[in-house]
Amino acid sequence: MAGSPVRKTALWLLLAVPVMFAFAVFAMPPLYDVFCEITGIGGKTSGPYVVDEAPAVDAERSVKVQFVTTNNGAMPWEFRAPVESVRVHPGESKRVAFHARNGTDRDMVAQAIPSVTPTSAAKYLQKTECFCFNRQPLQAGETAEMPVVFFVDPELPAAITTITLSYTLFDVTDRQAAEVAAVN
Amino acid sequence: MAHGPAKGIRRWLFATNHKDIGTMYLWFSFAMFLLGGFFAMVIRAELFEPGMQIVRPEFFNQMTTMHGLVMVFGAIMPVFVGLANWMIPMMIGAPDMALPRMNNLSFWILPFGFSLLASTLFMEGGGPNFGWTFYAPLSTTYAPSTVNFFIFGIHIIGASSIMGAINIVATILNLRAPGMTLMKMPLFVWTWLITAFLLIAVMPVLAGAVTMMLMDINFGTSFFDAAGGGDPVLFQHIFWFFGHPEVYIIIIPAFGVISAIIPTFSRKPLFGYSSMVYATAAIAFLSFIVWAHHMFTVGMPLAGELYFMYATMLIAVPTGVKVFNWVSTMFRGAMTFETPMLFAIAFVVLFTLGGFTGLMLAIAPADIQYHDSYFVVAHFHYVMVAGALFSSTAAVYYWLPKWCGRMYNETMGKVQFWISFIGFNITFFPQHFLGLAGMPRRYADYSLQFADWNMVSSIGAFIYGASQLLFLYNVISTIVAGKKVSEPKVWEGAEGLEWTVATPAPYHTFSTPPAVK
Repeated sequence: MAGSPVRKTALWLLLAVPVMFAFAVFAMPPLYDVFCEITGIGGKTSGPYVVDEAPAVDAERSVKVQFVTTNNGAMPWEFRAPVESVRVHPGESKRVAFHARNGTDRDMVAQAIPSVTPTSAAKYLQKTECFCFNRQPLQAGETAEMPVVFFVDPELPAAITTITLSYTLFDVTDRQAAEVAAVN
Repeated sequence: MAHGPAKGIRRWLFATNHKDIGTMYLWFSFAMFLLGGFFAMVIRAELFEPGMQIVRPEFFNQMTTMHGLVMVFGAIMPVFVGLANWMIPMMIGAPDMALPRMNNLSFWILPFGFSLLASTLFMEGGGPNFGWTFYAPLSTTYAPSTVNFFIFGIHIIGASSIMGAINIVATILNLRAPGMTLMKMPLFVWTWLITAFLLIAVMPVLAGAVTMMLMDINFGTSFFDAAGGGDPVLFQHIFWFFGHPEVYIIIIPAFGVISAIIPTFSRKPLFGYSSMVYATAAIAFLSFIVWAHHMFTVGMPLAGELYFMYATMLIAVPTGVKVFNWVSTMFRGAMTFETPMLFAIAFVVLFTLGGFTGLMLAIAPADIQYHDSYFVVAHFHYVMVAGALFSSTAAVYYWLPKWCGRMYNETMGKVQFWISFIGFNITFFPQHFLGLAGMPRRYADYSLQFADWNMVSSIGAFIYGASQLLFLYNVISTIVAGKKVSEPKVWEGAEGLEWTVATPAPYHTFSTPPAVK
């Protein structure tokens, strides 16, 4: 019954299954990230910004930048911003040092993930330096000041007067250990 | 050559005959339909009056989720696979399905998938409670501990659908009788060919989505976790990239059933056959490029909202072609109103109503008001229940005499139709009002101003639920004690190869291919 034309059709169709599966798992998430980066939706900020020339400071207006800190899941560190918000002129560079303390009795590694609200402001908030670009190890009981240096692009639409920069702190100790083990 | 079925349980466990497997699919889907219907009765009983009466809110959420999952994956999808198994070989003059052993496997893994899914209700932590759309992070970070059972259940159900679809395509493309060209195939075969391609394209995407959930929950990835660099909105995109074609997977075979029944009882050939084929293909194609109309409120750019709005409205064009073709088929036909025809006409009317509310929801600025309200619930029950379920009920009444050689009781059939039709509309029409007035879906309780229409809706649901028990009675009493019919052409207006074989359909049909002119 199942002669070769049937088998051929079935095998071709079967081939489509892993292809579509791989498309969903391996292609859609990166495509989505690229799409969000181009359009600036989703509230994700970009990587380190390299300054060619200092942008002109627009002293005419100022933008309020608020800071929000969140501990993911059961992350036990103390993690807070030094101030609730700062007021900056577009183009003006600002340094803010976040405070973190590992109050546990074990050495841990953390990773902070930034997010910007409103999402349309994400591509106008440029960070020249950020603790979120690297993991932060802290020994038991240790404290760290974690700086971010940023400026708001003068191209920021006039309608946006307040930007919220949120950081969520993750415990990546296990992941770090696994990666170290994999390298050695 | 002609040998009968194996004896006893072996006939079913080791079934490779398309009619046996079709029968098992039909009974399985009916069992799932009763289970999902029971969940719906719990929902409507709780919503009969404001306040909490019968179940706790946590359990209510499990009921809405399980109702959706069981009805979509357990009742509607398998019922059409069952009809495909029974009818496609008989319609194209093939002796059986192309891959009979895979056919057996694709049926027999289904009960295991649904056992995994339903067993969570008895476990600590309870069943899935995040809605049938299982949006992350509700289904990942905040999921009950049983979520892995749900994930593997979906994997199994998806594998079953994919195998069923491959089998159907392989059968249609390879086993047609000589002379049965593609454009001579009955529309039911065409709609299933297109549906099967949709299934093969999107069920792996669903498997991918639940696999990513599995990784996020158990293996520390962050596909959908914003705090880990992922994005929960990505989940919605992937889900609806599967989900929109999925709702057409559910409805397109129904178009095929209706396109078989209306010409029979209008005693005229189907109006605009080739335009029906092209319209179905167009609907299937459009289903891939409109998914984000389910997500107008997530914060898309304006250009995205406009694109998805217009693309969605475009679907009304091929759908309109189909509706006008059905109406034109009936126009000046010698119509009679047997039970299958009544269900088919109700399908055309109510499905069109559901299509219109779909157009209302497609209007992005209006959708921001309608989103996640009972208006949406009313909309998709008009297309799922009055669409998919009415058409499969029509199909059973229409082909049951061919299957078992006995005629159902016409009076009882009509009684069941009218109770279903009235019960359905009493249930779901008021939900439009509730939604427009602002009642959100998926809550166990509601404000007092929604009380009256909710009570009406619940009464309708009980009527509709009872009418399905009557349907079960009608089917069983037909099989056991229906009036015997023996002429091949059970309905005088019916056309097609399935009406050329003996009644009841012998265990093996078309062992030698028929000549198709």
